[in-house]
Amino acid sequence: MKKFLALFLAVAMIFCFAACGEKTPTNENPTGEGASAEADSAATADLSSIKIGFIFLHDENSTYDLNFIEAAKAAQAALGLSDDQVMFKPNIPEGNECYEAAADLVDAGCNIIFADSFGHEDYMIQAAKEFPEVQFCHATGTKAHTENLANFHNAFASIYEGRFLAGVAAGLKLNAMIEAGDFTADEAKMGYVGAFPYAEVKSGYTSFYLGAKSVCPSVTMEVKYTNSWFDEAKEKEAANALIQDGCKLISQHADSMGAPTACEAKNVPNVSYNGSTVSACPNTFIVSSKINWAPYFQYIINCVATDAAIDTDWVGTVATDSVQLSEINEQAAAPGTAEKLEEVKAALASGELHVFDTSTFTVGGKTLDSYMADVDSDAAYTGDTEVVKDGYFHESEFRSAPYFDLLIDGITEA
Amino acid sequence: MSKSTIKAKEPLFHIAKRDAMPLWKSWLIRLVAIVAALVVCGIVVVLLTDLNPLEVYQTMFKGAFGSKRKIWATAQNTAILLCISLAVTPAFKMRFWNIGAEGQVLIGCLATAACMILLGDKLPTPLLFLVMIAASIAAGAVWAMIPAFFKANWNTNETLFTLMMNYVAIQLVSYFITIWENPKGSASIGIINMNSQAGWFPYLFNQKYLLNILIVAVITIGLYIYLKYNKHGYEISVVGESENTARYVGMNVKKVIIRTMALSGAICGIAGLLLVAGTDHTMTTDTAGGQGFTAIMVSWLAKFNPLTMILVSLLIVFLDQGAGAIATAFRLNKSISDILTGIILFFIIGCEFFINYQILFNKKHKEEK
Repeated sequence: MKKFLALFLAVAMIFCFAACGEKTPTNENPTGEGASAEADSAATADLSSIKIGFIFLHDENSTYDLNFIEAAKAAQAALGLSDDQVMFKPNIPEGNECYEAAADLVDAGCNIIFADSFGHEDYMIQAAKEFPEVQFCHATGTKAHTENLANFHNAFASIYEGRFLAGVAAGLKLNAMIEAGDFTADEAKMGYVGAFPYAEVKSGYTSFYLGAKSVCPSVTMEVKYTNSWFDEAKEKEAANALIQDGCKLISQHADSMGAPTACEAKNVPNVSYNGSTVSACPNTFIVSSKINWAPYFQYIINCVATDAAIDTDWVGTVATDSVQLSEINEQAAAPGTAEKLEEVKAALASGELHVFDTSTFTVGGKTLDSYMADVDSDAAYTGDTEVVKDGYFHESEFRSAPYFDLLIDGITEA
Repeated sequence: MSKSTIKAKEPLFHIAKRDAMPLWKSWLIRLVAIVAALVVCGIVVVLLTDLNPLEVYQTMFKGAFGSKRKIWATAQNTAILLCISLAVTPAFKMRFWNIGAEGQVLIGCLATAACMILLGDKLPTPLLFLVMIAASIAAGAVWAMIPAFFKANWNTNETLFTLMMNYVAIQLVSYFITIWENPKGSASIGIINMNSQAGWFPYLFNQKYLLNILIVAVITIGLYIYLKYNKHGYEISVVGESENTARYVGMNVKKVIIRTMALSGAICGIAGLLLVAGTDHTMTTDTAGGQGFTAIMVSWLAKFNPLTMILVSLLIVFLDQGAGAIATAFRLNKSISDILTGIILFFIIGCEFFINYQILFNKKHKEEK
């Protein structure tokens, strides 16, 4: 890894100087230097032929898309690409518009096209079939490993590890509140605002819950769905309803500021997603997990520049810096959170701790010892792959997108 | 007022209806309006973004006509908008305020999608197309006839009625999306029959959109003839001018209202068919994309003339495509394209005022001072 890092830094410097020769003043971007060492092949890569197009579901008003947009800009800065080489198409709905946008980007000369939303997948595949010479990369999708297209790829990150860590911070906060006498251990209940009832959300909240449970064993959780990725009013309403139901701490997996601001108004601690919300919620924001997409963007750009094959299913991890936690807000977090998180993070990275360790949870009162997950998506959602072995649920190993879709004991869905 | 008005303060100007203006003059005014709109857009762009306005216009043009694909996309989008505009026209000519085109198109989409999903692998292709065409036309027509029936019999307010029918249609579509959802949890039905391509319109001369464009061209000519030379077209004008006159000369007003709305709805249903089977191969609650409302503007701006509508819908689509290209090319938020489109439409609609009315400045009564 060290060798890669050294090479990467060397390349970064070369581009830095090259770029200085033109007009961009400097590339000392922290993300660039801290990013993963995927750039090993870039030592000889000529990036001048690269043109990458991004398709975003919304624009920077959505925390989800903002996260992608910032990562794209960070990758651009780290690799020293000019603005002409990076095209953005925001506000592309999950319909034929996505195909049109992709075709448009191909016309504009893009040789890599990336789309950020789950529902974009079919249209990306359609475009991938039509333009075999262009690489199509799609975040959160599930079909790349069954479509068998050389130029269509899925990517995700082991965000369940990030959410587990965020859950630990939540559990510590609950413990602190119990100790302070705010409520009893039995009343320790968290609320979770989810977008849609499917694997990505379920896997996320389960790992969050397990993280909290690992430090606060009596915790329970209630989940409410908004059935929308971005609906500020609904998310706010759901958060308020959860608080009404006696939830002492809220987290969410939906893209607006609805839940965090509702928490701030009611002074209920909030664990966020997709980035820090501390500026809007200085009193209640504890910590946020997020996927950092910059390493993946750098990886695909370097692959195309060197004619290397892009992984059909790419999973970013804590080690690739793809899974990140924001700064902890000391004002809201329990004391000692930072130390504990470092400790858990190290245990996760070393493999000594698994998020979905089957000894830590039960399903319907029983320990989970076998589960056939629907890894190869089909209309009937039939399970096709055994994913429980060695005492834990193997999430994101058989494809990049999550497939943990069980409802474990201690969590109720409304 | 009959008294001496000398002491009353006279307004600086007053507005009077113009007599018919020669055609060249009215088009000159429209041209001036577009130029003025572009100048204002240029100023706004420079003030907000520091970009070179000429470059912006160039990008705009390229966004709509810059490549073969873009020209086809522009033609296709124009065809769909034109189709919906044609659909609302007979009703508007009859002074029936049908603002339910959005819902009528969506119901057409729903009928088409239902046929493709449920019958796609059961019927031979020609039969499937026949069923799809019949279902979409029937669905659109029925959706439009419901408010027409109530209007004709009980004189309900058709503006509210058709508007509310839009929401019913949207909810129906989202209900069926959750039923046909694929993959689970995506809240979308994905591409329908992605592998079998059952029910997809065939390519003509290797062009995906050509069939759509030809169908709309036929509808355009058909509607032009229908409104101008057919007895029905005449009846529509008479009912529009005065229901009582129509009744007096023995027309069955109820029948005309229901028949005309059925026609409006049927053409909307066809637009839905073209959208789902011809281009999108999917259905979302946004498939009509607000074009049911834009079409009203197109129809009015074109003064209900189907041939003028070709130009107006082309202009609107050009603005939309071009403004989108600006947002992409200069990394601006899509709002800038909405701002520019807004400015241009403001001028175009505004200039109709100067074509229909004149401003007369009141001469100051200097001699009286």
